[in-house]
Amino acid sequence: MERSQRFVLDIHVNGEVRSVTIRVADTLLHILREQLGLTGAKPGCENGDCGACTVLVDGWPIKSCIMLAVEATGHEIITIEGLKDTPMQKAFLEKWAFQCGYCTPGFIMNCYALVRIHPDADDQVIQEWLGSNICRCTGYEEIQEAVKSVLAAQHPSNTRTS
Amino acid sequence: MIAFDFEYYKPTSIIEAVNVFQQLHLQGKEPIYYAGGTEIITWARRNDISMKAVIDIKAIPECNVLQFQNNTLVIGAVITLTHLAEANVFPLLSRAAGGAADHTARNKITVGGNISGRIIYREAVLPFLLANSQVVIAGPKGIKYVSIHHVFNKTLQVEKGEFLVQIITDQSYIGLPYVVMRKTKIQKVEYPLTTIAAIKRMGRIRTAFSGVCSFPFRSPEMEEDLNDRSVPLEVRVNRAISHVPAPLLNNVEGSAEYRKFVLTNTLTDTLEKLGEE
Repeated sequence: MERSQRFVLDIHVNGEVRSVTIRVADTLLHILREQLGLTGAKPGCENGDCGACTVLVDGWPIKSCIMLAVEATGHEIITIEGLKDTPMQKAFLEKWAFQCGYCTPGFIMNCYALVRIHPDADDQVIQEWLGSNICRCTGYEEIQEAVKSVLAAQHPSNTRTS
Repeated sequence: MIAFDFEYYKPTSIIEAVNVFQQLHLQGKEPIYYAGGTEIITWARRNDISMKAVIDIKAIPECNVLQFQNNTLVIGAVITLTHLAEANVFPLLSRAAGGAADHTARNKITVGGNISGRIIYREAVLPFLLANSQVVIAGPKGIKYVSIHHVFNKTLQVEKGEFLVQIITDQSYIGLPYVVMRKTKIQKVEYPLTTIAAIKRMGRIRTAFSGVCSFPFRSPEMEEDLNDRSVPLEVRVNRAISHVPAPLLNNVEGSAEYRKFVLTNTLTDTLEKLGEE
């Protein structure tokens, strides 16, 4: 496959196929926000450090600032706009797992993937995954509680939640 | 945002990748091979690299292999660090590579990219240095199988147009006793003061380091010192550290003096965990 510097890309995002004209050099984050109007993924460090731009690619959390949009070809992208009333979103509300909210979409995408990929996640796994995102309001404890509450609800015998 | 434009190619075979590279090179486009791309994107965003074309090797079947073949473990260059950890076919590698960046980043960072990268912290290479792995390199002259020690000297030494396809490790190394110790200044997710990977094979300790100098390394001189059981452990460690092959890093993560302190303690702990007294 060859792509010149600018071309039309069909991108599968949130269950739809959207056509966008992109530069090869465009990051997925840029295209989601500027071409598709999906501004839930937030630009933070734009260096792969903060996790505010996290989206799901084939179910796995990926920092969209360190992925070229052209790499999305053939993959299913889910952004925060693609989640509707999920247990994780409700848990973030119930556990007060956010303050200013800027990092929240990235955290939710990461946590959403975590409980699906590792339904039996222990504290070590949870902390390893949550270490990928930065919250400057330092709401980590509440976020961890949100994750644990969803894990507990998925497995009623699980009593991790406080 | 990356300020300059470039072309994108995604070949589906090794030969196609090599040919595309040569064509682009002849056109003066200074192509670079692209796997996870995390380092390329971050450097490009800062204008620290420039290229007019990238060649994405993720669609090449040989680069996607992760399996045991004929008593060896074959790992394709585009296998992500997360995939390696989840599969856990080589626990030492899972543990060592698990120290790179953070979990989400490791969903994108590939083992080949980590080994081939320019960043000074490249934990994924340490197990392969310990296991005397072979690497498969493809290029204009064909495909070659060489010891990692022949091509990894501070960085992966490949010729123009060559790229890392696979790493092959003798299965006898997979189950050996191992230790991986990664020390950071404050948080878990930050560059290390020192990362030590060690194994014990036939009674001898092997050690490899990242974060100590400006490149990952394994040192025969240090291993001679560490295996000299005629002197106390403390002496072995101090002698080994005197043979670190380059100046200790002196940067924002820690001064050289502090690194030496951490290295001394961590190396001692490593040996003790492997049963040395």
